[in-house]
Amino acid sequence: MSNAEPVLRMEGITKIFSGVTALSQVDLALARGEVHALVGENGAGKSTLIKIMTGAYTRDGGQMFLEGRAVDFRTPEDAQAEGVVAVYQEVNLLTFRTVAENIYLGREPRRFGLIDWKQMNADAAALLKRLGLDIDPRAPLGSLNIALRQMVAIARGVSFDAKVVVLDEPTSSLTEHEVQILYDVIRRLKAEGTAVVYISHRFDELYTVCDRVTILRDGRFVATRPLAGLEKIDLVCLMLGKQREELRQGTTAFKGATEAAAGETPLLSAENLKRGRKLNDVTVEVARGEIVGMAGLLGSGRTETARAIFGADSVEAGEVRLEGKTIKRGSVNEAIDSGIAFLTEDRKAEGIIPELSVRENLTLAALPALSTLGVVSRARQTEIVDKFMKRLGIKAANADQKIRELSGGNQQKVLLARWLCKNPKFLILDEPTRGIDIGAKGEIQSLVGELAESGLGVLMISSELEELVEGSSRVVVMRDGQRVGELRGDDISQANIIRAMAEGTTGEATAASTATAHVTDTTPPAAEPPSVPPAKGA
Amino acid sequence: MSQAATTIDEGGSAHGRLMRARFASFAQRQGALIALVAVCVFAAIRYERFLTEENLVNVLRQNSMLGLVALGMTFVILTGGIDLSVGSLMAVAGVAAATLAGQGALIAVVAAVAITTVLGLVNGVVIAKARIQPFIVTLAMMIAARGLVLAYTGEKSVGIGKSSETLTSLGRDFVGPVPVPVVFLVVLFALGWLVLNHTRFGRHVYALGDNDEAARLMGLNTARVTIGVYALSGALAGLAGVLDAARLGAGRPVAGQGDELNAIAAVVVGGTLLTGGQGSVLATLVGVLLLGLIFNVFNFEGWISPWWQAVLRGLFLLVVVIVQNRLSRRK
Ligand SMILES: Nc1ncnc2c1ncn2[C@@H]1O[C@H](COP(=O)(O)OP(=O)(O)OP(=O)(O)O)[C@@H](O)[C@H]1O
Ligand SMILES: [Mg+2]
Repeated sequence: MSNAEPVLRMEGITKIFSGVTALSQVDLALARGEVHALVGENGAGKSTLIKIMTGAYTRDGGQMFLEGRAVDFRTPEDAQAEGVVAVYQEVNLLTFRTVAENIYLGREPRRFGLIDWKQMNADAAALLKRLGLDIDPRAPLGSLNIALRQMVAIARGVSFDAKVVVLDEPTSSLTEHEVQILYDVIRRLKAEGTAVVYISHRFDELYTVCDRVTILRDGRFVATRPLAGLEKIDLVCLMLGKQREELRQGTTAFKGATEAAAGETPLLSAENLKRGRKLNDVTVEVARGEIVGMAGLLGSGRTETARAIFGADSVEAGEVRLEGKTIKRGSVNEAIDSGIAFLTEDRKAEGIIPELSVRENLTLAALPALSTLGVVSRARQTEIVDKFMKRLGIKAANADQKIRELSGGNQQKVLLARWLCKNPKFLILDEPTRGIDIGAKGEIQSLVGELAESGLGVLMISSELEELVEGSSRVVVMRDGQRVGELRGDDISQANIIRAMAEGTTGEATAASTATAHVTDTTPPAAEPPSVPPAKGA
Repeated sequence: MSQAATTIDEGGSAHGRLMRARFASFAQRQGALIALVAVCVFAAIRYERFLTEENLVNVLRQNSMLGLVALGMTFVILTGGIDLSVGSLMAVAGVAAATLAGQGALIAVVAAVAITTVLGLVNGVVIAKARIQPFIVTLAMMIAARGLVLAYTGEKSVGIGKSSETLTSLGRDFVGPVPVPVVFLVVLFALGWLVLNHTRFGRHVYALGDNDEAARLMGLNTARVTIGVYALSGALAGLAGVLDAARLGAGRPVAGQGDELNAIAAVVVGGTLLTGGQGSVLATLVGVLLLGLIFNVFNFEGWISPWWQAVLRGLFLLVVVIVQNRLSRRK
C-alpha cells in the first residue's frame, strides 16, 4: 500500500440526535504516523466524530474507510478488533477492578483457558514502567486519583498496538510531568506508524505534538491544515469563525485582581488544617473581593485543602471561619449554608446528575431560594437559567435537554453556573476551565473576575499557570500536603510558581536566600513582612 | 494547646488505628462470616445436639437447593441485575424431570436443566437486546413460568415412579457421609469460584456490574455477558428444582415459591452489593449457611411460632445489612 493512502478516512459523516444535527458532512483523513489535532468549540462535535470512528455511536450518513477498505463499526469491540482504539473524554474505567484488569479487559492473557494473573500483572507492570508511571498494577483503580486514572486509560489505549489511537482531551486532568510522559508516548506511537487523533483545548499542546489540524465548527467541517506555519490567532479565527480584528488580545480574560486591604478581617480563614499525611498544617486566608490562586503538583494537597475547607473530608485539626464565624468540621451542609461553594475537579462523579435536564442541574443548589413553601417558581428559575446559559454560552438544544447529552465542556459550564447562581460569598474553583474552549474560557474568567469585584472571595486551584498568574492577587503554593510559600504582586510569574512548586522556594525566600526557609513557610499572610510590592493592576 | 495534644495522642496509637482500620475492612468483607461463627458458637454451647454429624449434615442438605439458586443469583447480582424467576424455574424443572423420569434419569435431568437454561436465556436476551429492566423481565418470567407449570400439572404433583430410583437417589443418597445434593453444592460452588476469579467470563461479570457503559466502551460484548448470567441462573435453578423433586419423590408445581427472595437475601447477607461489581461466591455460601443455621436454631428452640420466626429472620437480615453498610462507609 502506498504511503499516500490514509490509514483511516471518513467522508461526509452526519449524525443526528433526536432531530438535532450534531455533525453534518464532516471529512477527516488520517495519515500513517501523523498526529492529527481535532479542534473546535465546546459542542462542535469532536467527541461525537470520534465516537462514530470507534463504534460507540453509529453514523446517520457518510462513509468510513480503513486502509482503503469500507468499514462499518457497530460496537467499540468491532473497532478495537480492527485496531481503532479510543481513550474517551470522560475517564471511563472500572472503579472496583485493578489497574491491570482495566488495561487488559477483554484481552486477559490466559493459560489453559484460565486467566494468567501473574502474566497479566507482569505485563501491566512492564507497560506502566515503560510509560514512566509508578502505579501498582494490582491496586484497585478507585484508589488512584483522577490523573493517574487518566494515565491508566491512556496506557490501555496504547497497549493495543493499534493503527489509530484517539485521545479525547487526554491532558485535562494531567499535570505537567504526566503531560511530558504523554508526549513521549505519542512520539513513540508516531514512530511506529500509528495515527494519533489528539483533541485538546490547550493550543500549546497542539503545537507541541501535532502535525496537522482539522477544525470543526457547529458540527461542520471547516478545514484541515498543517500546523506548521499556521499562526495561533488564525487557528482561533477558524475555530470561532471570526476575523482577526475581532479577537481580544491576551491569553486570559482576567483584568488583574485586587488585593485585600491590610488589617481587614479575612472573608475566609482556614487555619492549621491537618489530615493525615495529605494535609499538614495548612493555612489559607482569602479576603472579600480577592482571588487567591493555588498552585502545586498533583497530590500536593490542593484539592485536599479545598475539600477540607468545604467540609467534604473531616480534618483532624484546624479551623475554618467564614466572616469570623467558625464552621463545624466536616459539615458540608453548614459550609454551603454559610455561603461556601465548591466546584469540584471530578465533575463526573461528584457533580452532574446525568438524567436530569440542564435546567434542573443548573438550579439544583439554588432551589430553596427559588421556591416559596416548597413550590419552585418556574419563572424565576427560567430567568436564572436563561441568564447563565447566555452568559456562559452553554450550548444545548434547550434548557430541558438532559445534561448527559451535552458536550463535556458544556456540562462543565452548567456546573459552574450551579454554584454561581447561589450567590455564594466564597467560591472554591478546582480547575475551573478544564476542558473549556478558548472562547468560553475567557467568558468564565471575566465572570469570576466581575463577581470578585463585587465582593466574592475566590480560591482558584489551577494547573494552568497563565490563569493563576493573570487572575490571582496572591498565589499559594502547595507541596507534599504543605503550604510551601506564597507569591504576591510582581513576584507572581510562571517561572516563580514552577520554581516554588518544585523546590518549595518562593520569591521572598529566594530574596532572603535562606536554605531553610522553604519547606516550613506556613506563616499566615498577615504576619509576613510588609516588603511586598503592590499588586499589579491594583 | 489541645490540638497539639490530639496530634500526639493519635501519633502514639498509630498502630492501634491501623489495626482498627484493618478490622473494619475485614469486618466489612467478612461481616457475615463473623456472624456465622458467632451463631455456631452460641448454638454449640446452648444445644447439645447442634454439633452432631447428623444435625450439621441435615442443615447442609436442607440448604443445598437454596445454595445452588443463590450461586446463580450471585452471578446475576454481580452484573447489577436481579433474577426473580428462579423459584418458578425450580418448579418447571422439578415437574419436567418427574414427567420424563421414565426415559431414564440422565435424560430427565439433562432435559429439565436444558428447559430452564433456555428460559433463563430468554430472560437474558430480552434484558440485553430489548433493554428492559431485569426486575420487570424476570418478574414476568416468574409469573408466566409458574402459570405454565400449574396449568400443565393441573395443580397436582407429578410422582416419580418406582422405575426411576436413580433419579430419586440424587436427592436421597449419600457419597460416604455426604448427601448427594451437598456434593453438588460443594462442587458447583468451587466451579463458580473458579469461573468468577479465573476466567474472562467471570471478570467480565464483575466489569459489567462495576460500570456497564465503561465496559461497553472498552469493547466488551456486554450483551453476551448479560445473557450468560441469566442462562446460568436458569440452569442452576433448574438443577436445584430437580434435586428438590428427587428428594421428595415428586415434581411439585408449587416448589420453590419464595425461594427467589431467600436466594437474594442470602446473597445480600453474604455481603455482595445489590448494585453489582463487588462480592463473591464464598460470601454467598456464608450467607446461605447463616440463614440456614438461624432456621436450625429456631428449630432447637421449638417454642417460637413460624410467624415469629419470620419476623426475627426479617429483623436479622436488616441488622446484618445495616451493619455491613456502616462498616463499608467507615473507610
Ligand atoms: N447522546 C446525545 N444526545 C443528544 N445530543 C448529543 C448527544 N451527544 C452529543 N450531543 C450533542 O452533539 C453536539 C456535539 O457534542 P460533542 O460532545 O461531540 O462536542 P465536543 O466537540 O466534543 O465538545 P467538548 O469540547 O465540550 O467536549 C452537542 O451539541 C451535544 O449537545
Ligand atoms: Mg468532547
